[in-house]
Amino acid sequence: MATLTLSGIRKSFGATTVLHGIDLDIAEGEMVVIVGASGCGKSTLLRITAGLETPTAGTVRIGGRDVTPLEPADRDIALVFQNYALYPHMTVFDNMAYGLKIRRMPREEIRRRVEEAATLLGIAPLLHRRPRELSGGQRQRVAMGRAIVREPKLFLFDEPLSNLDAKLRVQMRAEIRRLQRRLGVTSLFVTHDQVEAMTLGDRLVVMNQGRAAQVATPMEIFANPADTYVAGFIGSPTMNLLRATLAEGGGAATLAAGGSIPLDRPRPGPAGRALVVGIRPEHVTLGGSLPMAVELVEPLGSETVLHGTLPGGEAMTVRVQGPAPAHGGTLPVSLVEPLHIFDAETGRRL
Amino acid sequence: MRKNVIFRGKLLPLLLLSPQLAITIVFFFWPAGQAIWSSLLREDAFGLSRQFVGLENFAEVLADPTWRGAAGNTAIFAFSVAILAISAALLLAVQADKSIRGSGAYKTLLIWPYAVAPAIAAVLWLFLFHPQIGLIGRALNAAQIAWDYRLNGGQAMLLVIIASAWKQVSYNFIFFLAGLQSIPRSVLEAAAIDGARPMRRFWTVVFPLLSPTTFFLLTVNLVYAFFDTFGVIHALTQGGPAKATETLIYKVYVDGVENLNLGASAAQSVILMAIVIAMTAVQFRFIERKVHY
Amino acid sequence: MNRVLAERPLEGAASENDPALRASRARQRRGRWLAHGILLLGVLIFALPIWITLVGSSHDVNTIGRGEVPLWFGSHAIDNYIAAWERGGSAVRNTRAVPAGTMLWNSAVMATLIAAGKIAISILSAYAVVFFSFPGRMAFFWMIFITLMLPVEVRIIPTFQVVVDLNLTDSMAGLVIPVIASATATLLFRQFFLTIPDEYVEAAKIDGAGPLRFFWDVVLPLSRTNIAALFVILFIYGWNQYLWPLLIITDTSLETVVVGLSKMIGRGDAQNEWNAIMATAILALLPPVAVVILMQRWFVKGLTETEK
Repeated sequence: MATLTLSGIRKSFGATTVLHGIDLDIAEGEMVVIVGASGCGKSTLLRITAGLETPTAGTVRIGGRDVTPLEPADRDIALVFQNYALYPHMTVFDNMAYGLKIRRMPREEIRRRVEEAATLLGIAPLLHRRPRELSGGQRQRVAMGRAIVREPKLFLFDEPLSNLDAKLRVQMRAEIRRLQRRLGVTSLFVTHDQVEAMTLGDRLVVMNQGRAAQVATPMEIFANPADTYVAGFIGSPTMNLLRATLAEGGGAATLAAGGSIPLDRPRPGPAGRALVVGIRPEHVTLGGSLPMAVELVEPLGSETVLHGTLPGGEAMTVRVQGPAPAHGGTLPVSLVEPLHIFDAETGRRL
Repeated sequence: MRKNVIFRGKLLPLLLLSPQLAITIVFFFWPAGQAIWSSLLREDAFGLSRQFVGLENFAEVLADPTWRGAAGNTAIFAFSVAILAISAALLLAVQADKSIRGSGAYKTLLIWPYAVAPAIAAVLWLFLFHPQIGLIGRALNAAQIAWDYRLNGGQAMLLVIIASAWKQVSYNFIFFLAGLQSIPRSVLEAAAIDGARPMRRFWTVVFPLLSPTTFFLLTVNLVYAFFDTFGVIHALTQGGPAKATETLIYKVYVDGVENLNLGASAAQSVILMAIVIAMTAVQFRFIERKVHY
Repeated sequence: MNRVLAERPLEGAASENDPALRASRARQRRGRWLAHGILLLGVLIFALPIWITLVGSSHDVNTIGRGEVPLWFGSHAIDNYIAAWERGGSAVRNTRAVPAGTMLWNSAVMATLIAAGKIAISILSAYAVVFFSFPGRMAFFWMIFITLMLPVEVRIIPTFQVVVDLNLTDSMAGLVIPVIASATATLLFRQFFLTIPDEYVEAAKIDGAGPLRFFWDVVLPLSRTNIAALFVILFIYGWNQYLWPLLIITDTSLETVVVGLSKMIGRGDAQNEWNAIMATAILALLPPVAVVILMQRWFVKGLTETEK
């Protein structure tokens, strides 16, 4: 159990910079999820933490100790790989025991630890099988077991659930969360799946093009996205982002699609400042002054998602409870609270 | 070319490479360099001094009628072996690929000659075609066909071709079978639904799809016929009668080992190296193209 | 080709009397018979020389020498094989008969050492080339690669000279070491190593395994089938060496069976001990043929993969 501190982590491959200085503090026992689209640098950050990749600049501290120059084996970490990386020619037992054997742990201690972890994960009956005789979920558990037996200071997860089918993924997600709480190991989890991120993390790091766009709790990120990228990335269906300009006095915004909406508090800047107004589909209400041309209706049972366009051609998604009020045609909608106001130029929240 | 994830260290990999490198340098590069160097030298009649003669050895070799004869023999021999071995193998592979009873047993019974050394293949066929003790040799003579490969150059050539091709059919068979099995079933089914009869299906669909294999085998068979058949010729005819079966590689051996004419032998070796390099290059260019398509 | 149609049950529609159905059944039957015919012919042509040799090796020397070509076994099989094994056969030209037992032993040792040696040095060099980055890596790789283009036959005289200079003629080392460098095996291992997922290396690094430990615990066990396949191919390659042993071995106690067999046959009309020669021929081809038949799966894998 330890803290993890990343400071000023930069990484360049030749002329391309994939990480532009990342700072992150993880408290003891905390689970932080790094989420972002593929290519945002999240895996590189994880691999730098593991020591599989050397940062161009910056330091990695585990439990206050600078581990940047250390080999992965000397960092006292464990990593669960996306494809599990179980050695195919070794039994489950040997896979889990391999790292301990290399560390010359006494045989009895190895056996005790492996069996304990296997029981914890419910894979005790599988210890003598080989990886190819296991199902996806079982392999996943073995990969977890390999990490657990090491009793490391830090768990690293590199999209460990992405090779599982949807149902199993939900189940394993809950299991990982429970296990992590129970063991209380500081963890860093990388995923591209925002639902996984929201449900797993004590805090999230939303990454965008090598930068941490926002570091906060899931609810904070959902309620107050720091910029348009985060706003569009977290939440499903994604937030509507509409072009607008600031009205005289800053107390209202004029939508490009037509009409003016009052703001909860005045925003600074001259009249005509370009804004982006964000509103989640569930916060759009039916009836009002904005005519939406409905193009697609997705009935999901308890709710219905309507996709359409506003005058001017901007896309709009609306989520309503119950069945769809209309099929096709034009539907008047209005935007109420909560609105998210961003600067159109920088994308930052105002 | 290499993995993205690698180990550190510079000494260890060099250490791991060193046995291979040492052998390669001592037994490949050094001799090859020697061959090239001595192909440019000539020894005097007493073997006392050597002098630099430039490309004279090459000019002499290329002008030498016996070398030209050997080159002609090699061409006839190599192409006959390749064509015979490839077509027989293709015929057999197509039949063995059909879902018939016992196809597994047929496969086993058709691949074992690969393991027979060329020189032993030669001896086995000698037992058949020997004019005095051979089943076929005696039968031919009994039928008033004068058969003695030890006297008749054409017959000698025929025999070394048969013995060499016999051994190589298995190799080609294995590759054709693998090639046939890698043709997607859906393509064959589409052709069947289009109404193509088996023969037509073979020539319009299967054979074109096998063409990479065929081309690959052609170069491999030619290289085989050029070099690996030394044993066949040495054991059967020793290049005779009257040099009728003397191939280029056999001539290198005769000139270098038996006649001790090192300059000429070296020049011939260098020419052979050039031929192998050209063939390998053609093959690799071809493989490259296949990869890209 | 026919497998597409032959196995398909013709469902429903067509009745037994449908002419199209009957025609197509007849065609399939003809195709199968043709296949059997051609394959049987192939098998027979392949087997004919072996049969004649096997039968010949069971008759006494005079039966064969007289030119009565026997088609069925005689009664001298055991005598002939014992004689060949213990004493060897010889032609007039060549009075130094070498027992087949000695020659087979030499061939077995040579073939095993060549196969094992080639595998050992090429797996190590492929490991170095794939799993490390060091100066000159590509240059070394090309040096090994280019040896593909220099078969022993084309550089035979100068290589022989080197072996003479190193005092390795008439020795097992001289027989084995010069042919032990193998670009083919190196390329095969390299190809295979490239398919080992990066994550195994990473997992090993996190587990604390160094490069040698990783090689021993992970790479070597994963390469088992490749090693087996390659061993079969290389064993045959080694066993069938001809020109090289012919050149560097003059000591009869080191004679290998493939070369020794051809030396047993006299030129011209010499009176040969055909029965011993035939018995030796059978003994000489038995080990590699047995390897191919018994390890057919690995053999085919080795063959098709080394040439890729």
